Amino acid sequence: MIYLDYNATTPVAPEVFGAMQPFLSGEFGNPSCDYPLGLKARDAVQQARREVAALLDCEPEAIVFTSGATEANNTVLKGVAQHHGRGHIITCATEHPAVLAPCRYLQSQGFSLTILPVDGAGRVDPDEVRRALTPDTILISFMHANNETGALAPLREIGALARGAGVAFHTDAAQSVGKIPVDVDELWVDFLTVAGHKFYAPKGVGALYVRGGAAFTPLFHGAAQEGGRRAGTENVPYVVALGAACRLARERAPGAAAHLQGLRDRLHELLLAEVPGLILNGPEAERLPNTLNVSFPGISGGELMAGLPELAASLGSACHAGQEAVSPVLAAMGVPLGLARGAVRFSVGYPTTVAEVDQAGARLRERLHTLRRDER
Amino acid sequence: MQRAYMDHAAATPVRPEVLEAMLPFFVERFGNPSAVYDLGSEIKAVMEEQRGQVARLIGARSDEIIFTSSGAEANNLAIKGLALATFLKRGKHLIVSAIEHHSVLNSARFLEKFFDFEVTFLPVDRYGRVDPERLKQALTPATVMVSIGHGSNEIGTVQAIPDLVAVCRAAGVPFHTDAVATVGQAPVDVNELGVDLLTISGPALGAPKGIGALYFRNKLRLVPQLNGGIQENGRRGGTENIPGIVGLGRAAELAWQELDEKAVYLAKLRDLLIAGVRKNMPEVLFTGHPEKRLPGHASFCFEGIEGEALIFLLSSQGIYANTGSACASKALKTSPVLGAIGVKPEVAQGSLVFTLSRANREEEVHHVLKHLPPAVEKLRSFSPVWRKKMAAGAGA
Repeated sequence: MIYLDYNATTPVAPEVFGAMQPFLSGEFGNPSCDYPLGLKARDAVQQARREVAALLDCEPEAIVFTSGATEANNTVLKGVAQHHGRGHIITCATEHPAVLAPCRYLQSQGFSLTILPVDGAGRVDPDEVRRALTPDTILISFMHANNETGALAPLREIGALARGAGVAFHTDAAQSVGKIPVDVDELWVDFLTVAGHKFYAPKGVGALYVRGGAAFTPLFHGAAQEGGRRAGTENVPYVVALGAACRLARERAPGAAAHLQGLRDRLHELLLAEVPGLILNGPEAERLPNTLNVSFPGISGGELMAGLPELAASLGSACHAGQEAVSPVLAAMGVPLGLARGAVRFSVGYPTTVAEVDQAGARLRERLHTLRRDER
Repeated sequence: MQRAYMDHAAATPVRPEVLEAMLPFFVERFGNPSAVYDLGSEIKAVMEEQRGQVARLIGARSDEIIFTSSGAEANNLAIKGLALATFLKRGKHLIVSAIEHHSVLNSARFLEKFFDFEVTFLPVDRYGRVDPERLKQALTPATVMVSIGHGSNEIGTVQAIPDLVAVCRAAGVPFHTDAVATVGQAPVDVNELGVDLLTISGPALGAPKGIGALYFRNKLRLVPQLNGGIQENGRRGGTENIPGIVGLGRAAELAWQELDEKAVYLAKLRDLLIAGVRKNMPEVLFTGHPEKRLPGHASFCFEGIEGEALIFLLSSQGIYANTGSACASKALKTSPVLGAIGVKPEVAQGSLVFTLSRANREEEVHHVLKHLPPAVEKLRSFSPVWRKKMAAGAGA
């Protein structure tokens, strides 16, 4: 199996697993308990909080652990909305369903919603944000990096606008944290979503950065864990894992982006050599270093990949109940239907090797030959 | 040193068999169940198998189980999810008991504060039981649902859920029970209980922290808390915690195999502990129901002392217990649950709760029985309140 779908999920890194394992067996305490077993769990959670904060360059108290990015996004969107009671929210057409779905829910509850368009490369224009701002605007939410194309949003510009207007600014950074440097002050964000399983921590843990003073109503009510911001016994092993993944990301940071980009561009070149008409979906430069979303003209991505069960990648369209549905992200970018059907997202990860990339290139080449032959 | 870990309601180690089942899903079998290729679709099949295990344990169908990140999340989803989905049709009145877990009470208070719900906090008797007659009187045409916990982790009392459900059924009002304290400790069957929603927590079964489940009777509509992807049939978005789900499934499978035997074993240890304390320590208040209680639960109040001090002293003898609910232990001086069953604050602050598991042994109970009386006596000897009371008693 050649796994080139690291934007979908990642395996837990051995270092992360090693850090977590004691808390799945002997160190099983509840951080709310005052005897040694509980205190050890409490310390471990605090240590993990410091690791996450160090990666994002913020205060540890600003970190709230969650069960994942979807929970973090729902907490911010519904929590800020609930806090204000009414108002206007601005987001973008290429957001993840974990942002768009809660936004639409809030719209059904009487909040007004502006969903901004993107250009052909999936970028949002900060001027559009400026024009969309109203006196009623309470929250702006833009993803840092798009999961399908890797397109990076101009958060700094939008953040400056938001701060100037006194509006809370959230970014879903599920795809960027762990791949590129993410600094909450440089991005001018008030809330930022982290997803553990996108960078070698397990599925089922995430975090929310909350700038001091940024107000929201919690999503889960109960006892006073996470400073009253998220009820439920802390998932100590996974929280420890998230901390270890953040430490690993920090240690790898100096060379990681170049490493990923080298692998990705190598794959891109191999494919271009085979398919000169190959189209890149997303921006050339302002993009995650690991993400390559390309359309194979005249070919269905589904058909292409169906013949390559040993190669894991994502498609630009999915078949639901016999109906072919094109990715809303590609649709929002104005990618024509035919090309969207031919879209495949390859995403490399830290464990990806040059040999795997070359092998993937060779398998894709063979498959393309087979498809062309069958056509004749 | 002899140890006696008896705080299983606060934290339970993951069972070795459960951990073993989970381990492959962190590093090797790491696929996203939403992916179309084998690494993903295989995982989806595994997940559905686990759902079946959880369903079987409580006599439900697998499409009636939603995986959550905790019992607290499941309680939030049950109460806010159902109330917000149906209040337009039914009304804005909610009934919970006064001794519910914080996640139930505060979900109710959230609805009160932000959605103008009226919440009835039903009183309980001195054993912590809700009277079906009182519940009947509290129901109004606007009652959207009732939530009463199955077992109390603070006082061990188990409610007569079928009697309470019968009252609600007659009025057509859905019933939720927080069964975190009972599932895995005693046989629980959703059809025998008659409940419409039921909360499960993983750690109580020997699964890890960070996993829980909500049972909901199929026809019910719930407003999701996590909008996003279409995971859990659209009822809870977010990439699934596969290792946690596998852990819960395996734990449920084991619980199903062992349940009757386990309840008998725990009850034997519990009765030994309670009888020993009663015999050796005349000045003790035993809390909760004497018979209708969790098989592994023993709870007491020792007047004149602070529960925290007692916990500390006992931990130096390798004995681990709690003053009440772990989550609340830091937040409040005395427990609202003890207040609700009429324990005076000066008595309630000397609360001590033991929650047993199948890992506990008879020797450990004897260890507790040996060290508890001198610990209590020592603390009481420092207590001016207690000395005064004793002096008054002696003078009378």
